[in-house]
Amino acid sequence: MANAAAAGALAREPFDRTLLLVVPAAAFMVLLFVYPFLYGLWLSFTPKAGGALANYTHFFTTDNLYPTIWTTLKLSLPATLINVGFALPIAFKMRVKTRYQRWVTTILVVPITLGTVLIAEGMLTYFGPKGWLAQFLQFFHLYDGPIRLTHNYTGVLISLVVSGFPFAFLLTLSYVTGIDPGLARAAATLGADPRAQFRHIYLPLLAPGLAMCFCLSFVQAFSVFPSAVLLGSPAGPTRVISIAAYEAAFEIYDYSLASAIAMIMGFVQLVIVVAVLGLRSLFYRGPVVGGKG
Amino acid sequence: MNPDFSELRLDGVTRRFAGAGGHAFNALSELTMTIKRGEFIALLGPSGCGKSTALNCIAGLLQLSSGTIRLDDTRIDTLPPEQRGFGMVFQNYALFPHMSVEKNVGFGLRMRGVPAAEVTSRVARALTMVQLTGQEGKLPGQLSGGQQQRVAIARAIVIEPPLILMDEPLSNLDAKLRIETRAEIRRIHTELGRATIYVTHDQDEALSLADRIVVMKDGAAHQIATPHEVYSQPANLHVARFMGYRNVLDLAVLREDGDRVTLAAPGIRLTGCRKQPLSGGRGMVAIRPEEIALVDAAGGENTIAGKITNVEYCGRDSLLDLLTADGARLHVRSVREPRLGDTVHVHVPVERVLVYPTE
Repeated sequence: MANAAAAGALAREPFDRTLLLVVPAAAFMVLLFVYPFLYGLWLSFTPKAGGALANYTHFFTTDNLYPTIWTTLKLSLPATLINVGFALPIAFKMRVKTRYQRWVTTILVVPITLGTVLIAEGMLTYFGPKGWLAQFLQFFHLYDGPIRLTHNYTGVLISLVVSGFPFAFLLTLSYVTGIDPGLARAAATLGADPRAQFRHIYLPLLAPGLAMCFCLSFVQAFSVFPSAVLLGSPAGPTRVISIAAYEAAFEIYDYSLASAIAMIMGFVQLVIVVAVLGLRSLFYRGPVVGGKG
Repeated sequence: MNPDFSELRLDGVTRRFAGAGGHAFNALSELTMTIKRGEFIALLGPSGCGKSTALNCIAGLLQLSSGTIRLDDTRIDTLPPEQRGFGMVFQNYALFPHMSVEKNVGFGLRMRGVPAAEVTSRVARALTMVQLTGQEGKLPGQLSGGQQQRVAIARAIVIEPPLILMDEPLSNLDAKLRIETRAEIRRIHTELGRATIYVTHDQDEALSLADRIVVMKDGAAHQIATPHEVYSQPANLHVARFMGYRNVLDLAVLREDGDRVTLAAPGIRLTGCRKQPLSGGRGMVAIRPEEIALVDAAGGENTIAGKITNVEYCGRDSLLDLLTADGARLHVRSVREPRLGDTVHVHVPVERVLVYPTE
């Protein structure tokens, strides 16, 4: 009898009240993310004039709107590749704890804490036509031509690297140091020189982490706004998609069109992220230590 | 490296590390020994004694601070590990988690540019040797600890190295598997006919596997000898303690007659064999618990009386604690099981009482 009751209780699986701890976080997500997103999605299909898809047709047929996708990709993809590409060798060199590691990490964390606007301000003064860099190069006649590193594509790219590299580096460093150095030692005793150790041990084990790092860096770079306005030429070569959305919302006051642009922006990011994570599934994704323990 | 070598010679091998407070300490100092082809050498000692440092120095994973290592006439201590070509089995196995068993074992061969067909056949042979056929396609994470351990051995032996280095390879296995794998390691060693250097803190492992044991403490080799010699004739008190001489008594010397020494304290009078020169009129006596026997009669040479204060049943025999009237304590292993509080007499043969100078 008692047994039957116990079995019944087990079968019912009584409600675990600690699950209630999730409620605040879930409510937060619903109120501040899911609802605004769905509202924006609905808004994008209710244009000022025309059918449900009028905003999307407008975007893809207007000369100063649809090219912004390509403009943004042209900035964010190279910036991401540079960030992840340089982060990997530097993080790899830093994987062994040295007394310099803390200094390098500190120096790299600073740009993250400054924020993009401050970086842009600094770059305008430093890289500008009358900035220190230009004056230095011209004073020593190292480069005598005109130096244009701001208010164009280069300016925005540099700023994306300055603000994005530390993030990519710190993330990569945590992946690299997570790999058991004993694996490389084992490979060495089996005849692998340092290059082969990197190619056959570190790289395959790092690939999933690098893909993740690429995605996060890319999303960050794709939504570039302040530096594109301050350091680029927002009317021309650095007219990124977020500027188009901003103009629609706060200059034309067409929230519906702005929402549609934001949705398109999100979709492009999603396509790239899904593609990269799809490639990731081709690699081994288990624990990165060898043996028990 | 030449697999048909005849000997590996370590000469004054020393490794210093920067310690706390900036002063350096020797993790390994002045290790000198010659290892012949076909020999099985065990480096034995407590943790921190420098045995793993010695192994890593031989493998090339640590640079020497001074000294040389030669394989026959070739100096190898200046070569990076990948050019020494010694097979190494790591304590945590260090299997490549993203490679199948087959790829793990074949790694060393592929690094040497061995043709694919030959890699396949040699890997198959190595896996047969460690009895792992049928597991080729699995990832290390899908194997049990014992199987992972055997993959690690296969990976080290498939390259047919002149020297196989093993760093406590059995410490992650359970007791039963440890004894089985121990026998297997010895069999593989004999089959390959190369040299093996085996690091362990377990004296049973060292005694059962090795042709010669290097007993280490604080970075120095205290005795290099056959298992039999290390077990029955420890070179000094450190080695004796480590080899299970649990009874160590500090006594006054009464008489020295060649190697025979008679020592005493109130209630105890023992005659034993001197292993090192004594000084200061005192000596340390070391006796193994299993070499003390319970006897019926009092009196006679090397007989001590005492009260049983503790009995630990161990199955095959019992471990007894004996307290003499004057407060000296002795550990005794005996198949007889006296009751707690009984007064008994024990005897130990003269040749099994080893006498060392006081520390």
